[in-house]
Amino acid sequence: MSKLNEIADRAAGATPPSLAGAMRGLSDRSIAWIFIAPTMILLLAINIFPLIWTIYLSLTNYRANRPNAEIKFVGTEHYEKILTNPDVWAAMQSTAHFVVWTIALQTIIGFALAWLLDRKFRGHGFWTTVILLPMMLSPAVVGNFWKFLYQPQIGLFNYIISFFTGAEPSSFEMLGSVQLAPWAIIIVDTWMWTPYVMLICLAGLRSIPDYIYEAAEIDRASNWRQFWSITIPMCLPFIMLAVLFRGIENFKMFDMVNLLTGGGPGSTTEVASITLKREAFEKWRTGFSSAFAIILFVTVFGLANIYVKALNKVKSR
Amino acid sequence: MLAAAPAPSAAQSKTITLCWAAWDPANALVELSKDFTAKTGIGMKFEFVPWPNFADRMLNELNSKGKLCDLLIGDSQWIGGSAENGHYVKLNDFFSKEGIKMEDFAPATVYAYSTWPKGTPNYWALPAMGDANGWFYRKDWFEKPELKKEFKDKYGFELAPPKTQTELQKIAEFFQGRTVDGQKVYGAAIFTERGSEGITMGATSSLYPFGFKYENTPGKYDMEGAVNSADAVKGLEFYKSLYKCCTPPGYTDSYMGEGLDAFKSGQVAMMMNWFAFMPGMAKDEKVGSKTGFFVNPGEKIAASTLGGQGISVVSYSPNRDEALAYIKWFANPDVQKKWWSLGGYSCHNAVLNDPGFKTSQPFAAQFLEAMGGVQDFWQEPAYASLLQAMQKRLHDYVVADKGTAKEALDGLIKDWTETFKEEGKL
Repeated sequence: MSKLNEIADRAAGATPPSLAGAMRGLSDRSIAWIFIAPTMILLLAINIFPLIWTIYLSLTNYRANRPNAEIKFVGTEHYEKILTNPDVWAAMQSTAHFVVWTIALQTIIGFALAWLLDRKFRGHGFWTTVILLPMMLSPAVVGNFWKFLYQPQIGLFNYIISFFTGAEPSSFEMLGSVQLAPWAIIIVDTWMWTPYVMLICLAGLRSIPDYIYEAAEIDRASNWRQFWSITIPMCLPFIMLAVLFRGIENFKMFDMVNLLTGGGPGSTTEVASITLKREAFEKWRTGFSSAFAIILFVTVFGLANIYVKALNKVKSR
Repeated sequence: MLAAAPAPSAAQSKTITLCWAAWDPANALVELSKDFTAKTGIGMKFEFVPWPNFADRMLNELNSKGKLCDLLIGDSQWIGGSAENGHYVKLNDFFSKEGIKMEDFAPATVYAYSTWPKGTPNYWALPAMGDANGWFYRKDWFEKPELKKEFKDKYGFELAPPKTQTELQKIAEFFQGRTVDGQKVYGAAIFTERGSEGITMGATSSLYPFGFKYENTPGKYDMEGAVNSADAVKGLEFYKSLYKCCTPPGYTDSYMGEGLDAFKSGQVAMMMNWFAFMPGMAKDEKVGSKTGFFVNPGEKIAASTLGGQGISVVSYSPNRDEALAYIKWFANPDVQKKWWSLGGYSCHNAVLNDPGFKTSQPFAAQFLEAMGGVQDFWQEPAYASLLQAMQKRLHDYVVADKGTAKEALDGLIKDWTETFKEEGKL
């Protein structure tokens, strides 16, 4: 304590008299506000102000490519148009399909891999590193090389499928077929991000104390019983956290889809973010796209909040 | 408002930037512009952007009032928006002052690349690069006696550059899946790209010859019965059947680059692509001597999809005088002749009407023929919305098998009507 007093005395001694005079009389609360003010101002400037500005733009007919045009207030017209537009709903459906399947596959495979790696077999460190490699790559690189892998005439993927099924390699098009293109993207995203889910699950598995399993052994609980009664419940908060992160990320997915299919064939893989980009930066309907962005934001924010509440419930059990 | 060209001595230290797409003619322009620097002392920098990103990049630059480009060779469809939003400098006064006459350029190119509102004497660009969608074919395969005989026996006409779209499809069908010189080959490489403008530029090359029109009365935006006419439906059905029957596997999102790759690697007998690539192809070491060229075949009428661009001075340029000096230099007939000889497509009558023009290159006569029947997409300020709507409707129908041709074109009218209503034109 005397050490702390000594430091405080030295700091007080080094404070210029003019500043000390200004600070004297300020409450602790005021000083705390002074310290956090720069961060708060920064947050307001880069997060809150753009959000409010976007809400304002969403209520106008503003177009970024018409700087000289008169800006008219259009009320909730854009919101009504978006919510009654079948193309927007089709994009939301594509997004939901992508999010649900990628999360399901990544969770199942990621947890299975984590469970295997947790066995601590010989060389498990090496295999952990190998499995983690895809998520260390840039999405642009991943998108481009999977595009080559999926090429019907020279792509390795088609040749592997052909080897196992006997089908002609160029007889199917992963990226050009309406049926296969959504799955082609799901495969790539699963390949790239399963290691991330695995890593979180591995942390969860390693956080379970050994003595719980030892107690279960003494009670003659089977491996199956231990898995369902100890491993899964104790790992559940971690799994849910991984699902939350991946869900939010995939709801906003843009780069990979843009590189692989650009939303095609037709509009088959046009997820919400691709539609948003087209409206905002190709058609330049800034007001309309702002409204769409707000709808997407509210959707993700709402779903994430419900989910976090569920996560907290699981954690408090 | 507009100053005359600076004297070389006054402009020694100035450098201006010219922005364009990254493709073969851009390299020719770099070569040509060396003469400008030598003559005026004004240095030249170039900003070339690959075609798929060209519109996004440059329109962002203009919308943000960027100073990157002093001169811009922008797409013909941008002219309405760029004129109305003040991105381009109006050139009428400058042309009058410098004696540059629009009558010296091919009328179709002046109309398409320079004027806004369309057809009025309000000039925002100098025609710089004439272009249209044409066809490349493997002359050596077409000349093989055994193939010629087999084709004649099967279809009853000669295996030669087609005169109609129907003939084109028959030739493509004939080559599809055939083994030529020990390699499996395919009929035709056509445009199917979804992201920018590819499938629209490709499909209109069939739609226009079949009789598609944007409006019943030009300028009235009365699209019902024109965009979805029986002829237009036939044209779109034709393009889909050409895509289904005769393209290489995986050809679902392909534009100029993919077409060139397929043709140069000997995969396809014919390739749809812009005339701009013909000089480069004719010089190609591997396939140049084996390649022939033909104009887009007609059906009900002779028509080609317009490409090409005019050169404009960007309003936000701090080097306006130097940029105008470049335009003045570029409009000179001698410079235009050199432009053509280097691989650019001059629109100047001094070049096009030269008695030796048609035989000057293996594609020169076809270029003249194509430019006589070109049709262009909407050049409205809302062109980007109009284009994106067409890209979606066409790709949905042609590649993704969604609905019928009539439904696609009806849907297109609905989209375009909504856009024109937002624009206050309907």
